[in-house]
Amino acid sequence: MKAIVKTQKFLIIVIIINIAVLIHYPQIGKQSLIFTSKNLINFLFMLTPIFVCIGLLDIWIEKEVMIKIMGDKSGIRGVLISFMLGTLTAVPLYALLPVAGILLKKESKISNVLIFICSSSSIRIPLLLFEVSSMGWKFTVTRFIVNVFVVIAIAFTIEKILTKEDKKKILYNVNAL
Amino acid sequence: MDLFFTYYIYVVTVGFLVLSFVKDRKKTILALIKSWKMFLTVLPQFIAILLLVGLLLAAVMPETIQNIIGAGSGVFGIVISSLVGAFSLVPVLIAFPIASELLKNGAGIMQMTVFISTLTTVGFVTLPLEVKYLGKKTAVLRNVLALVFSFVVAYAVKVVMS
Repeated sequence: MKAIVKTQKFLIIVIIINIAVLIHYPQIGKQSLIFTSKNLINFLFMLTPIFVCIGLLDIWIEKEVMIKIMGDKSGIRGVLISFMLGTLTAVPLYALLPVAGILLKKESKISNVLIFICSSSSIRIPLLLFEVSSMGWKFTVTRFIVNVFVVIAIAFTIEKILTKEDKKKILYNVNAL
Repeated sequence: MDLFFTYYIYVVTVGFLVLSFVKDRKKTILALIKSWKMFLTVLPQFIAILLLVGLLLAAVMPETIQNIIGAGSGVFGIVISSLVGAFSLVPVLIAFPIASELLKNGAGIMQMTVFISTLTTVGFVTLPLEVKYLGKKTAVLRNVLALVFSFVVAYAVKVVMS
């Protein structure tokens, strides 16, 4: 019981808040649950193929292969591959995280995984035309170019800040998932 | 189009699944069991996030958000826009048309750009989930840096557009 409370702190707090709102403001509480159930369907729809894919990736791709592609010594090629993988996918941030987890588990370099997440969330090639149609060319192109530098800056800054201990902890962490 | 991309992912996934099944039945079942287990470990976090988002959506009407971002001017408006983006979970495909509509109605370009940037790259509500995958330090650093750089992107866009 104590262990459940400790690991699921966040969920328990949110449930308590929801119940409190439901009692004091039934209108908002009900609306909230309607939104939640709608979103839950969207989430599950989005996440089902993602989790099937990472399960397959976990079984079929050897750690050694992944280390070669995106690992510590993958160099500029690893950076480019991560960047390409990221910009070609257009899924929400929450769906990217499980993929990031499996990449880390296969010992990809943390900066490469960050490049993947950051580029995928800010530069979405499949959505570029859509962005152009609502925001215009100038807006889209400027954002695209600046974001390329931002992605690189974020990934390398974090890689520099993290100590060896931190990285060990991350690896230990994802292996438990 | 968001949906279109999801269907595309489904097609690719089914393709991989069939390929895997043809190659090795046992391994495929093992993979699916693994998928299921990995899903279960993060499910409580997902449900918590969804409940929180539902609550935020119910408590704050879309009109309110539009008013704040639309009317907000200067630094204050930009900061508010960035926070609204950081806390929301709206698909970009809905956000772009909203932003372009607001722009036509007099909202500032920096507000809109910072909103789109934080919406896509900063996830304060999904932070607990991110911590689970990347660790606390990395997740917090990533979100803070993404928030800071959103202002840089917005400034650059403003300079180019004006």
